[in-house]
Formats: sequence, C-alpha cells, structure tokens
Amino acid sequence: MSVRAPAAAEIPDGVVRHRLSGEDGIRWALVAAFAAVLLLFLLYPLGQVLWRSLLDNGGRFIGAANYIRYFSTPAIAASITNSLFVSAASMVLTVALAFGYAYALTRTQMPAKGLLRVIAMLPLFAPSLVQAFALIYVFGNNGILTRATGLNVGIYGAKGIILAETFYCFPHALLILMAALAATDARLYDAARTLGAGPLKTFLTVTLPGVKYGVVSACFVVFTLAITDFGAPKAIGGKFSVMATEIYNQVSGQQNFTMGATVSVVLLVPAVLAFVVDRLVQRRQYALVTSSSKPLVPERRPLADWSLLAYCALIAGFILAIYLVILVSSLVHRWPYNFGLTLKHYDFDTAGGYRSLWNSIRVAALTAVAGTALAFVGGYVVEKCRTAASGPLYLLSVLPVSVPGMVLGLAYIFTFNAPGSPLNALYGTLAILIISNVVHYFTVGFLTATTALKQMDAEFENVGASLGVPFYRTFWRVTVPIALPSIVAISMYFFLNAMVTLSAVVFIIAPGTELAAVAVLLMDDAGDTAQAAAMSVLIIATGLAVRSVYWLAMRGVTRRTQAWTQGGAAVGEPS
Amino acid sequence: MRGSAPVPAAVALEGIAKKFGAYVALRDITLSVSAGEFICFLGPSGCGKTTLLRIIAGLERQNAGTVRMGGRDVSGLPPALRNYGIVFQSYALFPNLTVSRNVAYGLESRRMSAAAIARRVDELLALVGLARHKDKYPAQLSGGEQQRVALARALAPSPALLLLDEPLSALDARVRQSLRHEIRGLQRRLGVTTVMVTHDQEEALAMADRIVVMNAGLVEQVGAPAEVYRRPWTPFVARFVGQMNFLSAVAAGRSGWARVGAVELRHQPGFEAAPGDALTLAIRPEEITVGPAALHGDNRLTARITAVQFLGAFTRLSLAPVEDEGADGRTALECDVAATAFAELGVGEGADLPIALAPEALRAFPASGPAA
Repeated sequence: MSVRAPAAAEIPDGVVRHRLSGEDGIRWALVAAFAAVLLLFLLYPLGQVLWRSLLDNGGRFIGAANYIRYFSTPAIAASITNSLFVSAASMVLTVALAFGYAYALTRTQMPAKGLLRVIAMLPLFAPSLVQAFALIYVFGNNGILTRATGLNVGIYGAKGIILAETFYCFPHALLILMAALAATDARLYDAARTLGAGPLKTFLTVTLPGVKYGVVSACFVVFTLAITDFGAPKAIGGKFSVMATEIYNQVSGQQNFTMGATVSVVLLVPAVLAFVVDRLVQRRQYALVTSSSKPLVPERRPLADWSLLAYCALIAGFILAIYLVILVSSLVHRWPYNFGLTLKHYDFDTAGGYRSLWNSIRVAALTAVAGTALAFVGGYVVEKCRTAASGPLYLLSVLPVSVPGMVLGLAYIFTFNAPGSPLNALYGTLAILIISNVVHYFTVGFLTATTALKQMDAEFENVGASLGVPFYRTFWRVTVPIALPSIVAISMYFFLNAMVTLSAVVFIIAPGTELAAVAVLLMDDAGDTAQAAAMSVLIIATGLAVRSVYWLAMRGVTRRTQAWTQGGAAVGEPS
Repeated sequence: MRGSAPVPAAVALEGIAKKFGAYVALRDITLSVSAGEFICFLGPSGCGKTTLLRIIAGLERQNAGTVRMGGRDVSGLPPALRNYGIVFQSYALFPNLTVSRNVAYGLESRRMSAAAIARRVDELLALVGLARHKDKYPAQLSGGEQQRVALARALAPSPALLLLDEPLSALDARVRQSLRHEIRGLQRRLGVTTVMVTHDQEEALAMADRIVVMNAGLVEQVGAPAEVYRRPWTPFVARFVGQMNFLSAVAAGRSGWARVGAVELRHQPGFEAAPGDALTLAIRPEEITVGPAALHGDNRLTARITAVQFLGAFTRLSLAPVEDEGADGRTALECDVAATAFAELGVGEGADLPIALAPEALRAFPASGPAA
C-alpha cells in the first residue's frame, strides 16, 4: 500500500483535548478535595513532627542535636534495641503459631472449625492493653498462678510484652495466612501425588512455596503492629522501655515535645521500611489461582485432623482464658483475694462514669461513616478518575499504615494545638478524634475499596458515558450497590479499630472527649485495675454486639440487594 | 453500497494517529463510513483496531487527527456528547439491575416519562427476543442472552452510531454463529451505522458491508468482503483473511511469469517486476485444481501427496511438487478438495497427482511484504 507511515517522532506527544464539561468539574473537585484532606490531615502534620524534631523546646533550630542526644543517652537509646527485639520475637512466635492454626482451618477436615475461627478473632475486639492485663492477673506479682505456686516468672518486661503482642497480633496473622492457604489449586496436589511425592515432600514443594508471600506479608504486618503498639508495653513493660512508650514518657511525662518528635521520626523508619520491603516482595507474587483452578477439598486424615484439633484447642483455650480472666476480675470484689461477685466496678465512680464509653461509641460510629466514605470515594478517585494526581494520591493513601499511632497523635498536637493557627478550632473536639482514627486506619479501608473497584468491569463508566449518563449517577446506581459488601466490611473495620485504639488518640483527648480505651489506661495507671477490666469488658462487648448486628443485617441486605449474584458466574468479567 | 450518496459520511476519520509513550498504536488513519453501513475493523491483536474504535467513541484521545460524525467535528467532545451506543466484549451489563433496568439506563436520564421508557424497553426487548426475561438479573442469563441485553441497552436511546467491540469473542462457537446472524439482521432492519471490531476473519466476512483490514497501526486494505478475499492488496491481507499458500519466486524474463525452482509459472497480470527480482506468489487452497481436470490447465505440475487431513466437508491435502524435489520444501502447498471429489480421485498419501495453479488465481507480491 502507498500509505505513508509517520514515524513516532512525527506524532505529537499531546493528545487532542476534550471540551471540559460540568462532569469534569465535579471530577476535579473530588480529586482536589481528596488531595486536600490527605495533605492537611496526613502530610502536613507528619511534616510538623519532622520539623519539630529539628528544634529545641524553645523553638530554635538545632539541626540533628536531638538525634545525637537520643542516640547518646543510653537510657533512651535502649528503647530502639528493645523495640526491635520484642517486635522480632513477637513476629516469629505469632506467625509460627498462626500458621499451624491457619493450616488446620483451611487444609484439614477437623471438627469445630467455625467456632475455632471465631475464638481466634476475639483479640480484634479488645484494646492491646487487655492481653497484658490478663497476663498480669495470672503471672504478675499478685497473679493467681504466682500466688498458688509461689513462683514469679517476671512477666513485667520483654517476656510479657512479647506474649501480649502475640495474642494481640494473632488474628491479623491468621487472616493473612488463611487467605494465602485458601488460594491454591487442587491440580498441583494431584500432580504431586501422581508423581509419587509423599506428604512431607508435597508440603515442602507445593504448600510452602505457594504461601511464602502470605508468610512474608504476615511477618511484616505483625512486626509493624508490635513495634507501633503502645498499650501492651505500657501495661506490662514495667521498666522495659520501647519506642512507643518512650514517646509517651517524653511527651506526657516530661513535656519534652521535641524529644518525642525525635523518637517518632526514628520509629517511623522501621515501620516504613517494613512496608516498603513488603510491597517489593508482593510485587513478585504471581497469580496462583486462575479461573481454571480447582478448589482444594481437604481429605480426612484422622491423625493430622485430631492432633491439629488439639493444637488449635490449646491456643483457643489460651485466648478464651484471657477474656475469661478479664471478665471474672471485673465481676469480683478484689482479684485474687476476694472472689465474691459484685457489679460495683461497673459504676466507674472514680472515672467519670459511662461518658467515655458513649464517646467511644459515637466516635467509632462516626469514624465508620466518615472513614468508609473517604476510603471509597478516595479509591474511586484514584482508580477511576485517572489523572496525573492518581499516583501521588495512591502513595499518600497507603502511607498511614506505616505511621505509628503515637506519631500521628503527636503530629496532631503540633498541628491542631499550635498557638494562633485556625486549625486550633478542632482541638478538644470529637471531630479531631474521628479524623485521627480515619487517617490512622485509612490504608486498609482504601485498599479494600480499590480492590473492589478493580474487580468491577472497567467499561461500566464508559457504558454510562455512551448512554449520556453522568458518572456520579453510575457511581451511585451501579458502583456503590455492587461494592456494598466491601463497603460494609470497610465500615466494620473502622468501627472496631476506633473502639479499641489508644495510641493515636491518647495525646489528643481533652476534658469532655474522653474515650473508653484511654479510660482503661488511666484507670490502670491510677491502680483501679478492676474498673479497667470492667471497661475493657464493655469495649469488647460493644464490638461483639455491633459485629453481630452487622452480621445479621448483612445477611438480610445480601439477600435483597445482592440477589443478582445468585445463579451465575461473575458478571462483567471478560473470559 | 450507499457510499455515493451526497449526505456527509456517518463517521469520517482524518489522519488519526495515536501513541502510548514510544509505542505507536495508530499511524495516520483516514477512513469514512457511510450512513447505514456495517463496517468491520479486522486485524490481529495489537493492530490498533480497538484503539481506533475507542477514539471514535471518545474513550481514548488521539494524538493527531479529527473524528467527524455526520459532518460534525466531534474530536473535542467527551463520550457523552457523541451520540453512539457501544457493546463491549465483556457485555458490561450492570449486574445489580434487572434486564429492563439495564435497557432503561440510558433513557432514565433523558426527559422521558416512565410510561414512554417502559414502552421503549419492551420494544427493544421484543426486538432482541428477550421480552420474557425482563425481570431477571444478568447473572441469570446465558452469555448470548446477556450480549443481546447489552445490544438492546446500547440501541435504546436510538443512537446515530453503534459500536461493537469484539461483541462475540466471549461466546462459544455455536452461539457466536447465531448471534452473528441476529446482529446483522437487526442492523439491517434498523439501518443504524455500525462499526465492529473483531479479530475473527470469518465473522468479518459474514457480517460486514466493508472490511478494514489493519496491521501494526496501519490500514492494509478496505473493501467488500468478497473483494478483500479475492483480491488482497498485500501478503498480510492474503494470509490473514482466509487460507493462502505462498511460494517464493523470482521474476522471469517474460512479463507476467515467475520462476519457482525449476518451473516457470504465469501469474495474475498487472504486477511488473524486473527479471531476477524476488517475489512471492500466492494461491488459495481451494483454487488449486487437482486430478484429471488439472491436465488441461496452465501452470501444470505434478505433486506428491505428503499428508491427508479429513476435515468433514472437504479434505486438505499437503502437496510437494515433484519438479521441486530435493529443494528445501519451501514450495509445499496445501490444497482443499471437496470430500466427494477426493473420493473420486481414488488416491492417498504418497501418490503423485497432476495439479494446476490457474494463472488468474496466482497472485504476485513483492517479496519484501511484511508477512511473506
């Protein structure tokens, strides 16, 4: 043919612009609003922490002097190695224990799987302090075991922190490992068997390689949770100082804000590092499950089934024991001296009554609403309104997962309690607590939303546009209804975390905005351990109750609005 | 065709170019589609056909060139203002809406009464034969039914143009055949200008008024199906549309003749090359004459049958010309013979057979063609 083919260089780089419509205005407004929220409530406050770590307490710039002091003061510097040690130990212990549990739940025919699964999730409903309380009630100086045996195991310190973190992080690791173990292809196991591989060889060559990314992910999640946790080391750490408690001591104890900022910046390093490495590792993961995969139906193996059941029952027993100890200690006159039943600890006479619980429930509910809306709209903006801002907005959205709660809390003091700043209006309100929760837990909600949006047919918006329907209408009539299960899951996640979080809010509560989890901390500090246990019970009960209501409601909602999912393969997926 | 009417073309593309980074997807495409015409963009994956469709739709923005619809320059208009309906390979039906709500989707944002919408939806569902499924959800329908709902949804607002992006590729062979027929019938009845993208040459041949064969971001040929099949302009088109045998040859001394190995063959007139120039000859499997009939034709050869494939209605023979024996087998030919004719021949693998390559069917291309 005689067509003259232009070279790449002859084709202009710019594309032919479309005329801007009202819809584009709305799209850009959404992008701008989302960017503004992330900049104002995440990037700017974090910048404040970084900046303050370079100043002295009088506000003069002193460069790296704070860092030099931090690293050269042995008492403070020890918190770094202490943090790394307990986090690494918790990581190894948790992932090892959770792997066996996850394997039993996904790859065996043992009985009582549902119940064991529910029990393992219990720590999600409790502040991290609670695990530590229970350990103290049992192994502490006045613990029942200590008194019964006369043997003091020295639970205060590294041992106690590691154990408490292990229970606290267990469900997080379990969820990741179960997902990894569930995503497999039965044909791989058939192939291994036809090639004559025994159970051990199959485990080593098929099972383990298939879940290695899940294991890596679980390790990083547990490490990050443990190193950023404040509640457990505060309650059971004793004189064993970790970075999160060090920030608290510097800020709350010594009013040394700049040293608090310095420790915060140093604490950001391992958390961000863990996150980046995890991302790099996950990028190498390939899809194990394709549309032609056959689900693996575990066979009955009596020996393995029953021994794994015993193993799981042991762990579940420990978890149940924790909450039983807390429940009992809240209901008796004086643990462990007087086991007479009483409800007097539920009066909260010294701690302002039930106001903190109501505040917590309000904050959690509003966090669920605001967080879900922001995460879903943010996910939509990044995923569907492809603009030059998508990349940076995505990065900002996944940043919070590696920002420790203490650091975010301190950042909010610097930002919203700065003399003369218009942002001060927020200080001392419930709104700032809600904002801090939304930002603190934003990443998981955001990633859940983008995953749900990615699974939708990319052409929905295009079909809408071709039919002359504005994108926001398609968003409301199609995108949101389809993603409803994810939206509910996101709101549940925000609610439960807002109920139990301590680290991000402990610095920014004010008179009138006390929260239940902080009340637990303060009551424990004041020696009212029974009241602290009682409040913990109420926090857990609230979480469980809301979770159950959600579950029941979702069954109904699913039946009505997701009727279309019945009786057919996934729609809108190109085959 | 209707191309000679004085009305402006339904779609006119002028100098469309598109690149993604350094990768050039489309180079200077100029093309026009007449009102009421059914046109197919045909080509292998990566040839740019879908990108071109999406540029017409405004879902992709070109780096250069203009798109006109009915004489109006729509290059700068967003999709919503271009007035077309589109059907995707994935159907993209809204899974949470019933069949009738899906079809009504584009009508509900216009100023139409509920009763008028309901009438229009019923009319369209009747048209695609799905009236009794109106209250079902897409997941409850078969793939073919879903694609018909997608078609009804695209046609509901009476668009001036219908775009079909590989609409049949996700369906199994039998459904594909019947739906092919149905879409074509519907298009004729409604007279709606239609552009379809496909990589399936059979689909394009069966459905289109005109086929645009594309390769590597360029249009290789535009023409009616029979014309593209009989007179491919390039070896690429010859190879991509239908089956084709290629023979490496050298232009002989006489004009219109080429030498393949030891034999000289006469090819279609109209191709001139200097003696000694390399060229490529091409002939379709069903155009090779075999057996007694071949004894009277031009370009007679004797060929050995090296393999026999029974393919139902016809039998495909792999042939090696005896005149070329000892060469590297470049001149292997495939030849389709009706099953009954093959039975009459009474030969099998290893037999020698007279064949003739009719000069009027033997096409000649320059040897440097992209697919030669």
